[in-house]
Amino acid sequence: MQLELRGLTKKFGSFTADDDIDLTVEPGQIHAILGENGAGKSTLMNMLYGILRPTAGQILVDGEPVEFSGPGDAIAAGIGMVHQHFKLVGPFSVADNVQLGREHTRGAGVLSIRDAREAVREVSERYGLALDPDAIVENLPVGVQQRVEIVKALSGPKTELLILDEPTAVLTPAEITELLEIMRSLADSGTSILFISHKLKEVQSVADTVTVIRRGKVVAELPPTASTAEMASAMVGRAISLEVDKTAAEPGEPRLEIEGLTVVDDQGFKIVDGLDLTVHSGEIVGLAGVEGNGQTELARAVLGLMKPASGRVRLDGRDATHEPPAERIEQGLGYIPEDRARDGVITEFTVAENIILNQYRDRPYSKRGVVDAAAVRKRAVDSIAEFDIRTQSPTELVASLSGGNQQKVIIAREFSRPRRVLVAAQPTRGVDVGATEFIHSRLITERDTGTGVLLISSELDEIYALADRIAVIYNGKIVGEVDPDTPREVIGRLMVGADADAATEADHAENDGGDR
Amino acid sequence: MTTENTTATAEQPESPEPPESKPSFARLFGRYLIEANSVMVTVYSLLLAFAIGAVLLIVSDEQVRSSYGYFFARPSDALGGSWNLIYSSYMDLFQGAILNFNTLERFQAGNADFGDLLRPLSETLTNATPLIFTGLAVGLAFRAGLFNIGAQGQMIFGMLGALVIGFSLNVPAIVHIPLAILAGAVAGGLFGAVPGVLKATTGAHEVISSIMLNNIAALFLVWALSTKFIHSETRSELVSKPVRDSAELPALLGWLNPSLRVNLAIVVGVAVAVGVWWLLTKSTFGYRIRAVGFNGPASATAGMSVGRTYATTMGAAGALAGLAGAALALGTGSGGVNTATVLEYGFDGITVALLGRANPAGIVVSALLFGALKAGALSAQPDVPVDISTLLQATIVLFIAAPALVKAILRLRTPRGGLVTLEAKGW
Repeated sequence: MQLELRGLTKKFGSFTADDDIDLTVEPGQIHAILGENGAGKSTLMNMLYGILRPTAGQILVDGEPVEFSGPGDAIAAGIGMVHQHFKLVGPFSVADNVQLGREHTRGAGVLSIRDAREAVREVSERYGLALDPDAIVENLPVGVQQRVEIVKALSGPKTELLILDEPTAVLTPAEITELLEIMRSLADSGTSILFISHKLKEVQSVADTVTVIRRGKVVAELPPTASTAEMASAMVGRAISLEVDKTAAEPGEPRLEIEGLTVVDDQGFKIVDGLDLTVHSGEIVGLAGVEGNGQTELARAVLGLMKPASGRVRLDGRDATHEPPAERIEQGLGYIPEDRARDGVITEFTVAENIILNQYRDRPYSKRGVVDAAAVRKRAVDSIAEFDIRTQSPTELVASLSGGNQQKVIIAREFSRPRRVLVAAQPTRGVDVGATEFIHSRLITERDTGTGVLLISSELDEIYALADRIAVIYNGKIVGEVDPDTPREVIGRLMVGADADAATEADHAENDGGDR
Repeated sequence: MTTENTTATAEQPESPEPPESKPSFARLFGRYLIEANSVMVTVYSLLLAFAIGAVLLIVSDEQVRSSYGYFFARPSDALGGSWNLIYSSYMDLFQGAILNFNTLERFQAGNADFGDLLRPLSETLTNATPLIFTGLAVGLAFRAGLFNIGAQGQMIFGMLGALVIGFSLNVPAIVHIPLAILAGAVAGGLFGAVPGVLKATTGAHEVISSIMLNNIAALFLVWALSTKFIHSETRSELVSKPVRDSAELPALLGWLNPSLRVNLAIVVGVAVAVGVWWLLTKSTFGYRIRAVGFNGPASATAGMSVGRTYATTMGAAGALAGLAGAALALGTGSGGVNTATVLEYGFDGITVALLGRANPAGIVVSALLFGALKAGALSAQPDVPVDISTLLQATIVLFIAAPALVKAILRLRTPRGGLVTLEAKGW
């Protein structure tokens, strides 16, 4: 299918979300739409999928103008969409999910499970997407759930164009690789793909052409051969350095020592299993690993939110294993939680109230149990300026800030008090390129002032960009500690629990090679 | 939304059409009236409740109902009768709660004194007083994300605490009254802290445990009244000793007319409401309550002890409900308390807190409204069914709790930021 947008515009009141967008997707093409959060990508897709009606402009399918008054029209025209947040019924089987809304029936409303199964099998064979039609969706890994969504989208009467909205946001590195392969083979078999993303590497590796939008306007059409720096600059509208400038680390005394730490969950399963790890002052230790291998629990145990079954946590040389979180924070432990919405900010609170969330009892923010509103406000105004938090005022609710700015609120909270150790879990998750650059440079500054930084990230790129030493976690254990010049494949193998000794040997070999 | 705001304000100076950029006050106000924001939903909930109350008054009145049997023969009977019934019923409520026009006439003729004229208001305030405290008890807990159903039990313990100090100590009023009030707060607070501590240590849900503790408190009251220590020395029925005169709360308008019951407790109630407002907005404790109420995990991550906040908030809420009990025990001319003294003020506190949207000023206003309904209904019976006040209260809260329903019935617009529903987390 050839899809063309001519001057597509969407206004909400006086606000123009999309302004005169021109775009053509050729048959069998992977067309990436790149843009920061709030650039107008989602509005554009919602118009394409019939959820929103354009204020002006035209959508043409194979040269014919079309008008969609709902997703049903878009599906009928051959457009399928995979949403960022899956729309699946967890307790239903794969086949039931795929036939949802267009059930295979026999006679008077009797479901035909056999036909549904057959349909799934047919689509998954045609496109090479392995799926068990009888599997229960909620038991499947996220990557496979996404495949169900793709099959569902492809099962439309004549789906020829697929919209993928930030499809890699929820996937592990291995699943991302797999998805990109699937996209490639779909395109090769003639399906057009609109791929929305803000991850440059993925766009570069899979797209045939890249359209960059900023503030609702098309600002660049780039070939996939464009450098990531070019793409990033177009997205943000200014030069962006993706390389993090940093000097060699100068590790000092141990600041965070984790010794034989074991954390057990409610079912008695050891999530963190006798883990040892030391972070020295002035270094960033990157903790790499596929999510769900104990990183979350490790971070929570270091903060004191989870009680270890055994082992110790030493902060700054003192045994902190039994200290409550407040005490550890007081003594200089900084903590950037991985789940921003759940653990990081109180969205119903103002920016100012969030910035003092873990210091509200300290002077000058409060005296004798009374909050000093003026001092809190002053601190907020300073932080907003220093950390470039885009907000209308310190009294704006955090709920109305973008993800990147919410993250900056957390960064401002943690970075404006004396720290000895910083645990940063997924510090740039869901954050746009500009904010990522900022957060990375602050983490380096942090290291250079002598803080010991433990960086937990599921993005290897981030680990490589920042870490002075990389520890790989698998099944609650550190399965290898390697230098940051270790090749990706070695770390990749460690991350999936391939024989640790072999990997270490490979690492040694690599190092020897480097020495020579 | 944010970007929208920015753009709108940024573009206004250059906007060519002035009416767009500066809508008149009347226009803005008009738009406000047809929007389902929390103020208008409250107002419309009241109006709708009175409308439904009117229908039920008609249905429950035999004479008017029968006139609908020959509606097509003589519609004026049915319509006129209905109107008269509704008008006279709501007028009776008004006269019992605010101002009695008969008394006003007699007052103007010199047959009644000023005190008689104030009696409906005095009754309204007297009925509202315990509701202010129990409303605050439920509302404060709401702010911490807790649903305190236990105000009834906490109030009972507060009443016993104040009672015991009230009859057992023999000290001057200036010491006795504060001590007795304090005893009520402490007793209610300790009892109220129990579900909080249970939740913090075991995870037991405060709704379940506080409901159960209400029963324990009610039965404890029966037992306590029967003990030699508390039981009246002069009367045989289940009633306590009266508190000493020195512990009795002074009537505010007793000098005008001794039948005006309104006493110092209403002043304490308003002062405490101001205190709760201050606590929530200005103190670190209030900051913590709100943080935990909005987002427990984030508060814990910031180093706050969520469990301790639950326990202390429930303790504070219990103390507030205890004050309601103290107000009842030390009320003017009570002559001792019995099992009926507490009525359902604790449960009514839930509706008061809902109507007041867990905001201290709102709670005072809604307590006054419910106090007025109660006073009006009591004085208007048997002409008006006494259940009308309960029915109106229930209907008001039904609408408040379901803003979408009000919006749908009246076809209001959705306000910016969506409908506001008050809810306790995890329930």
